[in-house]
Amino acid sequence: MKAAVITFPGSNCDRDMAVAIEQISGKAPLRVWHGDAALPDGLGFIALPGGFSYGDYLRSGAMAANSPIMKSVVEAAGKGVPVLGVCNGFQVLTESGLLPGALMRNAGQTFICRTVALRVENSQSLFTSRYEKGQVIHIPVAHHDGNYFADEATLDRLEGDGRVAFRYAEACNGSRRDIAGILNAGGNVLGMMPHPERAIESDHGGSDGRALFESVFENLSVA
Amino acid sequence: MKVRIHVSLKPGVLDPQGRAVHHALEGLGFSGVEDVRIGRLIELDVADSTTDEALDDMCRKLLANMVIENYRIEKLETA
Repeated sequence: MKAAVITFPGSNCDRDMAVAIEQISGKAPLRVWHGDAALPDGLGFIALPGGFSYGDYLRSGAMAANSPIMKSVVEAAGKGVPVLGVCNGFQVLTESGLLPGALMRNAGQTFICRTVALRVENSQSLFTSRYEKGQVIHIPVAHHDGNYFADEATLDRLEGDGRVAFRYAEACNGSRRDIAGILNAGGNVLGMMPHPERAIESDHGGSDGRALFESVFENLSVA
Repeated sequence: MKVRIHVSLKPGVLDPQGRAVHHALEGLGFSGVEDVRIGRLIELDVADSTTDEALDDMCRKLLANMVIENYRIEKLETA
């Protein structure tokens, strides 16, 4: 199974993401540049990393969502290829329409950079099967625009369909219903503001993020 | 043709920036400010043949995020 990490100009967590994928899957992911017209053939997993793609011009993630490679990512997601977007990657996923809602400026106006408690709301998904439902995990956040917004009908639909993957278990950024991560209708696209790739080694601030990558690669290898 | 695109937050969408600026205005002693909402003004210089449909399309596809924002297109008279 081949994995790929997409790098946009201004991505700054792409290396961390690649290291996490390599440590847990045993295989280094391919690195794909935003200007590439197409994804490599036969990808089984695509990660959109954190950072400040295109300097957050216009809106966070808005320019990256319209970059050449995203057409192929949207197409792959439509065919069921798992896509993980973390932080700026989550913003790119909402801007590209792969996930509903939008990520607005944090309610407190400040950049938030600390480890937060999250509650796992759905442990049935491709990305979360190694967690227990209701489990509280600790994952770092580092963002200015993580305040999740969607209208009430969309929020109700997300909750009803079990598409809220993670919720903040403490006050964080003002997100509607404390949503930290959501799935698409098909369950193969996850966007989340917290950085699981920064929590894979206990020597470096905790390892609660490992189970996310373990879930993905376990589920993909048996699929 | 010069075109101004006014992008504003939809009613009901909380505007933390606007709230902070509102607070700052009050701090400066300006009374009677009921509300502050911050938007974005985008100036375009486009070919005269550009259609309204094309301008709408630009707004919907990129310039505004229709989940949280509204837009208004203002065409300026060319001198």
